[in-house]
Amino acid sequence: MKNTVSSITTTATRATEKRKPRKKRTMKNEVWCWLFLAPTLLLFAMFQGWPIMASWYYAMLDWSGLTPDSTFVGMQNFINVAKDPYFWNAFKNSFKFMLGTVPFHLIIALVLAVILHRPGLKASNLFRTFIFLPVVTTTSIVGIIMVFIWGSDGAVNDSLFKLGILDQPINWLGDATWSMFTVILISVWKNLGVNLIYWLAGLQSIPKDLYEAADVDGASGTRKFFHITVPLLIPIGTIILLLNVVNSLKAFDLIKTMTNGGPFFATDVVSTYIYRYAFTSEMGLPQLGYASAAGLFFAVTIIIIAIIQSIVTKRMKGGNQ
Amino acid sequence: MVIFRKSIFYVIMSVFCLIWIYPFLWMVSASFKSQNEFFTNGLSLIPESFTFENIIRAWNEANFEQYFINSVVITVGTIVIVLFTTATCGYALGRYDFKGKKVVYLLLIASMFVPMEFAIIPIYDLIKAMGLMNTRLGVILAESGGNHIIFILLFATFFAKIPKELEEAAVMDGSGFFRTFFTVMLPLSKPVVGSVVIMQFIWSWNSFLLPLILTLNEPDARPLSVGLYALRGENIVDWTGIAAGGTIAILPIIVIFLLLQRYFVDGIAGSVKG
Repeated sequence: MKNTVSSITTTATRATEKRKPRKKRTMKNEVWCWLFLAPTLLLFAMFQGWPIMASWYYAMLDWSGLTPDSTFVGMQNFINVAKDPYFWNAFKNSFKFMLGTVPFHLIIALVLAVILHRPGLKASNLFRTFIFLPVVTTTSIVGIIMVFIWGSDGAVNDSLFKLGILDQPINWLGDATWSMFTVILISVWKNLGVNLIYWLAGLQSIPKDLYEAADVDGASGTRKFFHITVPLLIPIGTIILLLNVVNSLKAFDLIKTMTNGGPFFATDVVSTYIYRYAFTSEMGLPQLGYASAAGLFFAVTIIIIAIIQSIVTKRMKGGNQ
Repeated sequence: MVIFRKSIFYVIMSVFCLIWIYPFLWMVSASFKSQNEFFTNGLSLIPESFTFENIIRAWNEANFEQYFINSVVITVGTIVIVLFTTATCGYALGRYDFKGKKVVYLLLIASMFVPMEFAIIPIYDLIKAMGLMNTRLGVILAESGGNHIIFILLFATFFAKIPKELEEAAVMDGSGFFRTFFTVMLPLSKPVVGSVVIMQFIWSWNSFLLPLILTLNEPDARPLSVGLYALRGENIVDWTGIAAGGTIAILPIIVIFLLLQRYFVDGIAGSVKG
C-alpha cells in the first residue's frame, strides 16, 4: 500500500506519456466491466426482469399452481378483478392506509428532526437511537406483539382506562371502526425513524451561514424555518414523499400479522388480497393467474403515480427557476 | 430559567422515548414471566418470578433453535452474495466508461420504483422450477435478487472518488483489473462494506413475505420472522411463549444495531442524499 501511494505522483506525470497502449487496455477493461456487472444483471434478470414480464403471461391463465394444467383465458382475469367489489375495497384501503400514514411520517418526522438538529443538544443522538429502534426490528414480530399490546387486556386500554379516557376496553384491532386507524398508527410508529434520518440528512446539507445571516437580520425561529429550512428541504422532501408513497402502498407484513385484512375486510389491502388468492385456500383452490392480474393492476397504478409525481415535481422546479 | 426549560425538555423527551420503546420492554419482560404471573400482572415491566422457562420452551419445543439457525444461514448467505454482486457492479459503474453504462444505470434505477411485491408469483414459480422450494437456498437466492440499487450507488460513488493514480500505480506493478479490485480497491471501501453488511443484515433478518411463501410447506426451513407467525397461528393463548420467541428474534438485531448504528444511519442517509 505504502509503495502504491508514494508512487502516485510519479505515475501522474508518466500517465500522459503512456497514451498509446491505452486503447487496448480500454477494450480489455470493457470486457472486465461486463464481467463485473454479470452477477448483478443475472440476478436482476431472474428475479426482476423475468417476473415483470412473466406476470403478464401468468395473468392470462386460469391456473391453480398445484398442477401443471392451465387454460389461457386472455383478459378474463383482469375483467374479473375489475368486477370484484372486494378488490376495490382492498384498493381503497391501500390508499386509505397511504393517505393515513404518509402525512404523519413527513410532518412528525420533520418536526422531530428540527428539534433534534438544534446545536448543543447533547442527547440528540440518544433520542435519535430510541426513535429509530422500531425501524430495525422485525415487522412481522412487532405486528404479533402489537396484537397483545392493543388487545382488550393490553397496555393501551389499561392506560386509557386509568387516565379516565375510556370506561370500557376497545378492541382496537378487532373492531372494524378502529382497526384501520390502529394499523395506521402502529405503522407510523414503526417507520417514523427512517424519515427522521432522511430529514436530518436534509437538514445537515443546509449551509449554516444562511442561518447566521438570518440571525444578523434579526429573523425569528419560525421565520427562519419557513423561509430557509422548508424551501431548501423541498428537493429531498420530494424523494422522501415518493419513497413513502410507494412503500406504504406495498405494506404487507404489519397488516398480515396484525389483522390479516380483517375484521370483515376493514384493513384488507391489495397485498393481503393477492396473498389470499395466491397462497391460501381461503377462497377455494389458489388462483395464481387471477392473483397475478390483481398484482399487475396495482403495480401499474403505483408506477403511474410515481411517474406523475416525478413529472409534477420537475414542473414545479422548472417553474421556480 | 434556561436550565429549567432544558430540564423540562429532557423530561418530556425521556418519557416520550420510554413510551416509544414500551412494546419491546413489555415483550422482553413478558418472556421472563411465569404464565401465572402473566395473567395476574401482565403489564408490569419488571417480572417478579424471573424464569427462563419460556425461552427454553420456545427454543426446544417450539422449534426456535431451528428457526434461529435458519435466520442466521439465510442472512449470512444473502449478505455474502449481495456484497459480492453490488461491490463488483458498483466498481464497474463508478470507475469505468463503457458502452451501455447508461442503459444499465437506467434499468437499475427504474426498477427501484417497480413494486416487486406484486410480481411475486413468477418468483415463487421460478424457485419451484429450480427445485429450491422449501429450502434456505431458495430464500437466499430470491432475497439476493431483490433491488439493491442503493448499495450499488454507494459503491459506485465511493469508487468514483478514489484518485485514478492509485489504480494506475497498481496496474504499473503488473496487477490486472481483477486483482486491482480485490487487493487495492475493495479494502479501501471498508466504510461502504460496513454500511452494506449491516443494512442487508437487518433487511434479511426481518424479511417476511419471501420466506413466508417459499417455505409454506416446510417448517424446518423457516426463519424466525415466519416461525413466530406460524406459532401464533397454532397457539394464540401462550403469550409468554410468543413473547419469548419474539425476544429470541428481535434481541440480536437490536444489539447489532446499537453496536453498529453509525454505519446503518450513514447508509440510510446516503440513500436519499445521492
